[in-house]
This record gives sequence, structure tokens and C-alpha cells, in this order.
Amino acid sequence: MSALVTDAVSWALLASGSLLVVVGALGLIRMPDFYTRMHAAGITDTLGADLILLGLMVQAGFSLVTVKLLLIAAFLFFTSPTSTHAIANAALTAGLKPRVAERSSAGKGSAAPEGGEP
Amino acid sequence: MSIEAIINIALFVFLGLTAFAILKLRALFAVVMLSAVFSLVSAALLVHLDAVDVAFTEAAVGAGISTVLMLATLALTSRHEKAPTRSQALPLIVVFLTGFALVYGTLDMPRFGDPQAPIQVHVAPKYIADTQSEIGIPNIVTAVLASYRGFDTLGEVTVIFTAGIGVLLLLAAFIREPEGLRVQTMDHHLVLRVVTKVLIGPILLFALYVQFHADYGPGGGFQAGIIFASAFIIYALVFGLENARKAVPGRAVRLLVACGVLLYGGVGFVSFLFGKNYLNYSVLGADQVAGQHLGILLVEFGVGLTVAAVMVSTFYAFAGQNPPIGDEDW
Repeated sequence: MSALVTDAVSWALLASGSLLVVVGALGLIRMPDFYTRMHAAGITDTLGADLILLGLMVQAGFSLVTVKLLLIAAFLFFTSPTSTHAIANAALTAGLKPRVAERSSAGKGSAAPEGGEP
Repeated sequence: MSIEAIINIALFVFLGLTAFAILKLRALFAVVMLSAVFSLVSAALLVHLDAVDVAFTEAAVGAGISTVLMLATLALTSRHEKAPTRSQALPLIVVFLTGFALVYGTLDMPRFGDPQAPIQVHVAPKYIADTQSEIGIPNIVTAVLASYRGFDTLGEVTVIFTAGIGVLLLLAAFIREPEGLRVQTMDHHLVLRVVTKVLIGPILLFALYVQFHADYGPGGGFQAGIIFASAFIIYALVFGLENARKAVPGRAVRLLVACGVLLYGGVGFVSFLFGKNYLNYSVLGADQVAGQHLGILLVEFGVGLTVAAVMVSTFYAFAGQNPPIGDEDW
């Protein structure tokens, strides 16, 4: 019985984490410019990876593996948003302007500005 | 098809695609990033082969430190690869011939995982059978690396030492020692500074764990040295080279480069003096196992010292080339 509960909880965590990572990847491809792509990938990756790690922790139970996974999760929790921030900050100071929606629908369909190379 | 095969195929497809992208792209910044991805996928493949120690090294060296060094190189040169001016026919032929020779060579190799392959029947059974009684440590990889194959590892450390000396010799003429130790602040990088401060301690602690836990789990001097160096490099990146040089002077790092190799060779020499073979640690302790423990500990420490010092001094040499990045330039 308890094994069933553990499996159900960890599967739910793993599935939702994977879903978030896939959503992030999709956003990375579909979003129009650099900053929105960062937004898609940065936010979902942190929570996605941590949810997956949490699911693995539930599977591992009270053991040394859980402690190690906890440390990895804490490390990702700090570094992942920081790196997103650093990249976005570097892009902004390098002069890459965020793409802002026009009042009229003029911007629609025009060539999307290339993200990346500032 | 088993799940193992599917994972293998997926990883190899990733590897192939990354390699192809590296070939085709002319934006070198992206190429450096992709080469890091390539190393990370290789590391995943090695984990899948249960070679965690090698995977660890690949992740630390390939995906970590060499990316930083290549980015430092890019900062000194150009971000774009020049289009080739000469005909590419000859290089293509050479590549195809080499590839053909390599593939032809694999035809003579035993089948993957063949239990009768030389690698399975030569010395591996002896190592697996005797490590517990002769060396007495759980991680056979470390026993092989530091004790049974101590000579090879000494060679590897010497290679790293020589490479570090070579880089320093090439760039030494341009190394600018700090004048007056100008303190550079990056006040508006508050997030980076705070997170770096929080992380450097745990990174150093993790390096020590990897260094001294190698007897019991994956790890060792090579990986620990890289992790150690990465803590100093991240400090130099965020707080400026001048501050990093104040914490760890370039002269001291260059001294440590030699100290590690000296420690490794010295341990071998001590066993020499006790009338045993070079790098036979058995004489270092009260009994064989204690001696092996001490020897492996010292030797791995020497490896870690040299690797960390070479990486930090190489980074210093690269980063000292161009003027420090001003606050406004960020």
C-alpha cells in the first residue's frame, strides 16, 4: 500500500517536472525574441528540474541518495535563476533591445529579430 | 528494443547532431557552447556505461573548465571563424582516409561486451579479485588509477604540468602583474555577487569531498582539482581578476603547479628509499593496506594540487591579457 502511494506521488512529481521541462523547451523554440525565450526556459527549468529531483527523492526514501539529491536541488535552485539573470543582464547591457509589441498590428508578421548574438 | 539501447541511440544521435552543428557554425561563441554540450552528452554516455569516474572527469573538464578557457581565448581573438580561402578537397580526403582506417581497425576488435575480450581477461580479473586484500579500498577505479597504474597517472600529471608550463611560457611575456592592486567593484551585479558568495564555500567543500572520498566513491585528484579551480575562477569572474590575485597570488599558484608533481614523484621516491619499487606504497604504513591508503591519499592530493594550480594559472594568464572589464562595459 505504502509502496503504491510512494510510486503515485513520485510519478506525479516526475510527470509534472517533465511537463514543465518540455513546456520550457517548446517556449524556447516558439517565443519571438531573446528575452521571452529566456523567460520560458529559465522559469520552467528551475521548477521542472527541482520537481524531477523531488520525485527521485520520494523514490529513494530516507537514504544518503536523498541527501545528495537535496544538495543538487538546492544548488540548482540557486544557480539556475542566477544564470538566467546573468544572461539576460549581459544581453541588455550589450544593447539587445527587448521586442515590444506595437500599438497597431504593424509588428505582426515582420521578421523576428534574432536572439543570441548581440 | 531494450530501454538501454534506446537511451544509447538517443545519446549518440545528440552527439552526432552536436558535432555536425559544431562543424557547420561559424559563430565561435555558439561553437564553444556546443562543445560543452558535446562533452556533457559524452559524460551521460559514460554514466550509461557505468564509468562514473570517467564521466565525472569529462563533465568537469570538458563541459566545465575548457569552456571557460575557450571563452577566455575568444575574448582575445575573434568571435567569428573566417571563411576558408583554400580548397577543402585535400583535408576532406585526409579525413575520409583516416576515418576509413579507423573503422577498418575496429573490424579486428572483439565484439562490444565480449567476455573473452583481452580487456576482460588480461589484468582486470586480478585487480577485481585482489583490490580488497592488497589495497583495501572499495573503489577499484581509484586503486587501479593511483596504485596499480601509478606510473601511468604520474605520466598524466606530468602531461598536465608540461601543458601548463607551455601555456605559461607562451603567454608569460604578456602577463601583467597587478600594479597597485586596483580594486574593481561590480556593484550593480548584486545578484551574481551574493549568489557567488553563497556558492563558493560549498563548491570548495565539494572539491574536498571529491578529493578525499575517492577511495570510497567516484572522484579523485583530477576532478577535485578542476572543481577547486572553478571556485577560484568563478570568484575571479565575478569579483574581478585583481581581487582574485589578492586572494591567491599568481606566483603562489605557479609554485603549486610544481608542488603537486613533486609530491607525487616524492612519494614514489620515498618507497624507493625503503628499498621497494618506485611508487610501491606498501612501505609507507605499518602494514601493506595502511601504506597503500596513505600512498593513494598523498598521490591523489598531488594530482589535485597540480590540476587546480595549472587551471587557475592558465586562467590568470588568459584573463590577464586584456584590460579588466570596466563597469560600464558590462
